Amino acid sequence: MAAVSVATRVIACLDVDAGRVVKGVNFENLRDAGDPVELAKLYDAQGVDELTFLDVTASSGDRATTYDVVTRTAEQVFIPLTVGGGVRSVDDVDRLLRAGADKVGVNTAAIARPELIAEIADRFGAQVLVLSADVRRRIGDDGRRTGEFVMTTHGGRTPVDLDAIEWCARAAELGAGEILLNSMDADGTRDGFDLELIARVRAAVTVPLVASGGAGAAMHFAPAVAAGADAVLAASVFHFGELTVAQVKAALRAEGVTVR
Amino acid sequence: MTAPAARPHVVVLDYGSGNVHSAVRALERVGADVELTGDAAAALAADGLFVPGVGNFHACLRGLRAADGPRVIDIRLAGGRPVLGVCVGMQALFDGSSESAGGQPEEGLGQWPGSVDRLDAPVVPHMGWSSVRVPEGTRLFAGVEDQRFYFVHSYAALAWHLHPEGAFAAVAPKVTWATHGTDFVAAVENGPLSATQFHPEKSGDAGAHLLENWVRSL
Repeated sequence: MAAVSVATRVIACLDVDAGRVVKGVNFENLRDAGDPVELAKLYDAQGVDELTFLDVTASSGDRATTYDVVTRTAEQVFIPLTVGGGVRSVDDVDRLLRAGADKVGVNTAAIARPELIAEIADRFGAQVLVLSADVRRRIGDDGRRTGEFVMTTHGGRTPVDLDAIEWCARAAELGAGEILLNSMDADGTRDGFDLELIARVRAAVTVPLVASGGAGAAMHFAPAVAAGADAVLAASVFHFGELTVAQVKAALRAEGVTVR
Repeated sequence: MTAPAARPHVVVLDYGSGNVHSAVRALERVGADVELTGDAAAALAADGLFVPGVGNFHACLRGLRAADGPRVIDIRLAGGRPVLGVCVGMQALFDGSSESAGGQPEEGLGQWPGSVDRLDAPVVPHMGWSSVRVPEGTRLFAGVEDQRFYFVHSYAALAWHLHPEGAFAAVAPKVTWATHGTDFVAAVENGPLSATQFHPEKSGDAGAHLLENWVRSL
């Protein structure tokens, strides 16, 4: 087999609520740290490979601001942009792509109606469709986390009786072009990625796999790649200025991982 | 680089293919006067024609044909007028693709011999930034030969069959290669007809430089 030359991607994720970054912190040299476009430009200058906006806007009336943010970002930042959160239909995908998104993440709506994945892939191609999988370990009868992974919806708040590994495999079969694998157990802990989860999903799918949830230090990223991730995503460590993208890439490079 | 005196007029062909917003902005950023339109007369008149393409080969070809794209491209090339195809906009230039459309291979525009086939790699789609192997004398890659570009595709031209001989050898196409599991054609410069499998409009500064090279050649 010939060499695979693609670099491991480092992705920065921004939570966006009604067009504003959630919990904005003040970076030096940023006019407005609450403006997703300003932050996107900062991450781009740091060498980020891709951007993800997670739209957490509760009110559908405020969604217009999301489209505006996507358009303004696409006009100023010339790297791939994924937008997820609240995507329920083919029309939602169409609007986001027209606004300037390159990829669209679906989660809850695809679990409720898996055919949505095929509908989106047939219309726009698999490469635009990211299956966003918020995964938790099932809690056993003894109250401890088991090695069994289940899906959740609504930002991890609602557990679903659906095996996460099987669901990722099925979504890829239905046409998802990439899987954004977010460990809800690791999320916020800053203790590192859930490596077992990454390895289990890697063994089940051949589409690109983005590891998310748990990044707290530069040394956390290379093990996720070793476990099978094609890309690593972080939000808060970048967002709070604790790590720069360049630091993460340097740490990956030091472990022999190819980065841009 | 200094800006050209006049801004070359570029038409981004709008035939219903995905996110073309970024291509328009990226071309404007490097000095082109850009018009997004599906109008054949405008596409014929432009200094440069940018042919985008994302998604399914069959769907793209259907859209391209509905916009009279094949005839527009033929007439432009007969007159030596530049055309740049990107992603499926590049794939469309080959004889055809094995990307399934109800099990039937789909015919392409036939500007170049050979077909577009599925990548054979452990992870497909090929999604991310890859390096390329650039031949001598390329104009598109001048100054960015050693950079990575952003790819997102499952199919590609895995072989190149156009090798002109004799009097035509001097104008042999410049073929740039990349590897994802297997070698594939990442870009071609063939007289007025150029194409990239990657997305220059999404490839940051390296992509902007490549687009600027193209715009300045118009």
